[in-house]
Amino acid sequence: MIVAEKKPLEAVARMLENYDRVLAVGCGTCVTVCFSGSGKEVAALAASLRMKRRIEGTPLAVGEGMVQRQCEWEYLDPLADQVKNYDAVLSLGCGVGVQTLAKRFPGTRVLPALNTLFMGLPTEQGVWEERCQGCGNCVLDKTGGICPVSRCAKQLFNGPCGGSQNGVCEVDATVPCAWHMIWERAEALGMTEALMEIEPAKDWSTSRDGGLRRMVREDLRAPREETKEG
Amino acid sequence: MTNPDTVIASPAATAGGFHPEVVAFCCRHCAYAAADLAGGKRQPYPSAIKIVELPCTGRIDIVNILHAFEDGADGVLIAGCLPGSCHYIRGNLYARQRLDYIHGALKEIGLEPARARMINISAAMGVQFAELASEHVETVRALGPSPLRGQAQEEGNPA
Ligand code: SF4
Ligand code: SF4
Repeated sequence: MIVAEKKPLEAVARMLENYDRVLAVGCGTCVTVCFSGSGKEVAALAASLRMKRRIEGTPLAVGEGMVQRQCEWEYLDPLADQVKNYDAVLSLGCGVGVQTLAKRFPGTRVLPALNTLFMGLPTEQGVWEERCQGCGNCVLDKTGGICPVSRCAKQLFNGPCGGSQNGVCEVDATVPCAWHMIWERAEALGMTEALMEIEPAKDWSTSRDGGLRRMVREDLRAPREETKEG
Repeated sequence: MTNPDTVIASPAATAGGFHPEVVAFCCRHCAYAAADLAGGKRQPYPSAIKIVELPCTGRIDIVNILHAFEDGADGVLIAGCLPGSCHYIRGNLYARQRLDYIHGALKEIGLEPARARMINISAAMGVQFAELASEHVETVRALGPSPLRGQAQEEGNPA
């Protein structure tokens, strides 16, 4: 899932300084599961903003809205009537949700209430951890299902480095060394032999360095008239 | 409360013309029964205390507490079972964690965190309930009226 966390109330309030009416919109998918953008979070943020502004003597009307997924056009259409009644939309979606709302409602300011953090999972109740950076060329087959891109601070492909101490990464005592785990997993699977091979430099052109990435499935696209032969 | 006649306003709570309103979220297995016991024993506690019965303090949600303050409560009391005695094992411990969270939220909003407090008691502790509830009302009284009190509320979701 995409993991995001709430911005401090002060930061959100600052974005809304010049507005009197704002619609807070949650998202029912990833950010609901990580407790940042659910209906409850919308209610809590809306109430907090209303109280803060009332105490400051500049009341703010905060409406509450919810969609199943902010990152798909179809889900945003039912919001159109509600959006009309407000000066701005405050999105409790990830960055993708904010941008989809902004594109769908071009005449309305859309502001982010969350900081989008990473793709990850809950490792225990109340704790989420990063697992993938979308490098565009997955190597989990070689590393026993443990990602060296997101879990090794140096993104090594021939680890561990000299900083690996008793299974702990040198950058942070609470972070296990990814390559220590990769080795242990390889031992358990009887695959250490493969790890002895030197992995050549990774091709990062599939990662974020090359600008906007796009995935295309021609078979799924709407057929274009001029190429359609039936 | 089953016997409202026994709930007597303490003079301190009404001094200076300020009549605090404190919403008390009480677990039915302990604090709610303790409040009842206090009433039965004619043990007074302030009329400022407005009791909301919960199946367990683990049911309390941050939104419930925020809405209580938004609707003008001067204080909130969460009253749950003694540690280790929760009928749902850890409901009171979750409530305690949510209260910590609420304290941070109140600070961000501009309200004093001390307006929200949690107490832990058993069903047999009627006297202690009255004492601790009075104590919290005094704390809230010292803080003064909530700045959100009696103000016109702007609509959340205009039609
Ligand atoms: S190797 Fe790349 S695609 Fe695979 S999990 Fe790691 S970052 Fe994600
Ligand atoms: S200690 Fe392990 S995880 Fe940390 S940088 Fe070195 S190889 Fe990567």
